[in-house]
Amino acid sequence: MDINRLNEMYLDILKELGNIGAGNAITALSTMIGKKVDMQVPKVKILDFQEVSDIFGSADTIIVGIYFDLDGDVKGNILFALDIKSAASLIWSLMGLEVKEEFDELEKSALEEIGNIMAGSYVASLSTLTSLNMKISPPAISIDMAGAILSVPAIKYGEISDKILFIETQFIEGEKLIKGDFFLIPDINSFDLILKALGVEVNGK
Amino acid sequence: MENKIYRVGMADAKVTQSPGILTTIGLGSCVGIVLYDPITKISGLVHIMLPYSNKISDNSNKLKFADTGIQVLIEEMVKLGANPKRLISKIAGGAQMFSSKINSDIMNIGERNAVATKEVLGKLGIPIVAEDIGGNYGRTIEFYSEDGRLLVKTIGYGIKYI
Repeated sequence: MDINRLNEMYLDILKELGNIGAGNAITALSTMIGKKVDMQVPKVKILDFQEVSDIFGSADTIIVGIYFDLDGDVKGNILFALDIKSAASLIWSLMGLEVKEEFDELEKSALEEIGNIMAGSYVASLSTLTSLNMKISPPAISIDMAGAILSVPAIKYGEISDKILFIETQFIEGEKLIKGDFFLIPDINSFDLILKALGVEVNGK
Repeated sequence: MENKIYRVGMADAKVTQSPGILTTIGLGSCVGIVLYDPITKISGLVHIMLPYSNKISDNSNKLKFADTGIQVLIEEMVKLGANPKRLISKIAGGAQMFSSKINSDIMNIGERNAVATKEVLGKLGIPIVAEDIGGNYGRTIEFYSEDGRLLVKTIGYGIKYI
């Protein structure tokens, strides 16, 4: 499977997966914070490495990355990335805490939990759709330069392609626009497995 | 000549001569490798993402790997007039951005990148005169070809010249 050759049909399927997965993730978030959350239609994006670190404006913009190992039938990784403002808004909604200059341990652990719930429901919906078993590891958090954090999914994709695929989700809680990016990074064999499970022919097979 | 700043992205390389500045922003598990000819002051920077090209089926992008990336960088510097026998190097990056309980391949990729970089430079006989490797944080680096200083900036771990 070569991401460079992803055709329109694959893209449509990935968009649909993005929609359903992110929709469930947002519902889970809404339950968690006890407030209504509106979601915009997620965008599936495919970018060159060169462009990836600028998703959040610049490669040195500080962002929050919450990372999971993916295991089961489908192996790989998931990264959920948020800009600092969105992360602070979520902390406010969840805990009523105003984030000062930097996130403390309690706030970091709350962000890990938000990521955990969103990634967990995202994976659960993919698992239902594909009938493939998937489970995520406990979350690991990093708050650092966008380039450094996004290099992790970029490197993983780097083994199979010069492009990187991710799902951008924007949602609105109250009056706050929250932007989060899901990077689902299946190992190369798992990528084929997901497509096959969805009935997509891979390499003519 | 003006102090032009050349920005190097992931799987990318640039070469310049004094007083050009080479920079790469937000290095994580990747490694930034600066090569420098102290006499001609010709310098180059490559931002590699993976250790060895022969371990990967899609290896057409030479700048993605330590082995082929360094090779291409040397060739480009020689074209500008650098002497490959005089080259010295400074390296930075190779962090582990996320700590994970599960020991998957990706978690130690920073370390594997750093090891491969050192092996390749060692085989080519290029001394590493300074390095800032490892840790769990990102780095922005700027190399000043005028005097060979390498600036390393981090979030929360200080700023230094190596």
